Amino acid sequence: MTIKHHIADDLVLAYASGELDEATSLLVATHMSLCPQCRQALELAESIGGSLIEEEAEAEIADGELEAIFSRIENTKESATPAPVPERARRGSYVLPQPLRDYADGDVDGLRWRSLGGGVRHLPIDTGASRAKARLLYIPAGSKVPDHGHRGLELTLVLAGSFYDEGAWFRRGDVEEADATVEHQPVAGPEEACICLAVTDAPLRFRSLIPRLAQPFLGI
Amino acid sequence: MNTSNVIRLASMRSGFSQTGILAELSQAEMTEAEDRGARSAELDEMSAHLVAVAQEQDREAFSALFRHFAPRLKSYFRRYGEDDGRTDEVMQETFAAIWTKAHQFDPSRASASTWIYTIARNQRIDAFRRERRPQFDPNDPAFVPENVPDGEDSVTYRERAEHLSEAMAELSDKQREVLRLAFFEDQPHEAIARRLGLPIGTVKSRIRLAYGHLRTRLSPTAGGLL
Ligand SMILES: [Zn+2]
Repeated sequence: MTIKHHIADDLVLAYASGELDEATSLLVATHMSLCPQCRQALELAESIGGSLIEEEAEAEIADGELEAIFSRIENTKESATPAPVPERARRGSYVLPQPLRDYADGDVDGLRWRSLGGGVRHLPIDTGASRAKARLLYIPAGSKVPDHGHRGLELTLVLAGSFYDEGAWFRRGDVEEADATVEHQPVAGPEEACICLAVTDAPLRFRSLIPRLAQPFLGI
Repeated sequence: MNTSNVIRLASMRSGFSQTGILAELSQAEMTEAEDRGARSAELDEMSAHLVAVAQEQDREAFSALFRHFAPRLKSYFRRYGEDDGRTDEVMQETFAAIWTKAHQFDPSRASASTWIYTIARNQRIDAFRRERRPQFDPNDPAFVPENVPDGEDSVTYRERAEHLSEAMAELSDKQREVLRLAFFEDQPHEAIARRLGLPIGTVKSRIRLAYGHLRTRLSPTAGGLL
């Protein structure tokens, strides 16, 4: 599997700094699960965080804080021993990687899809207070993705099958990014139904976090 | 390649032994290199402390980590405008998590400050925010692991992180300030401009310069790391 369409740098940085909303974070984390390249960009972004921590002013620490932490550690009795690592027996057998599988409450075969007509189905994913909304989409092979207005940024992550849009193919792991000005109508590939995670109205403000022309400094 | 790149490369390749190329450098450049060496030594020390906590539940090592990171993390948590009680609470939770999760720290992948930053960030989100921050799971059967490249060409994450921290050190104080506000507080440019009493154009150009510098220093064409 070769991923061609990745997460933009500003979203990687916003995810690393912990400022990204839950729905968009879900899509970013699910892509990361499939994409070593973006995980490397994330590690680098997190090391910016580490460097900035080193440079933080040194605030005064009250006497007894360390002792309070030691007694807390003793009371919780959690030892610093590693948890057993689960087997990887079923590697590759899930369509939905974590953390998406937990959010969807299972893999694709057990999902309770809702019909949108024309064979297209969807499943809203609960991402709490997040303003952006996440949902899974099921588009039959060769069908058009239904019209769906969005005010902010729209991100679509392919999990099965493929779709074609704006002159490019998107396959498992690929992310398409479209802002409100893009009028597009993706079409599912002919080989099999396309299943994707769509996050609509992700905050556009991250577009201004890092000027476009400073990209792609994380190497994507 | 300019002189400072040579120093950097030399100090990366040879650790702290300052021989060869370094011996030919002027006094001022030597001092600069020593500063970097000292920073680097401190990074190593903190990593060693974390490993000691993981392997031996070493309280001395944990205390040293606390002395170094607690004052800095307190400043970090205070950025989020919570009251002192909640800030102290998240401090305690963060250090308790550092103790219990120390075995997850891999010194070949991350510096101590980066790993501790991610622990602090996660604790802050749990404590201060209503939304969660979903994370990938490397033990998930669907997880796609990286192709481990041949040792010769692969630059370790440690080295990349050190390289980054050197690039960060080269930023001006003003550039670092806007970078900090953009990264830690996700302030839009307008808010940063208001807060620093600067025209928005100045803020934008400082952020652009800061990121531009990091990008240039870390890009493959600059002999970089990605
Ligand atoms: Zn990617």
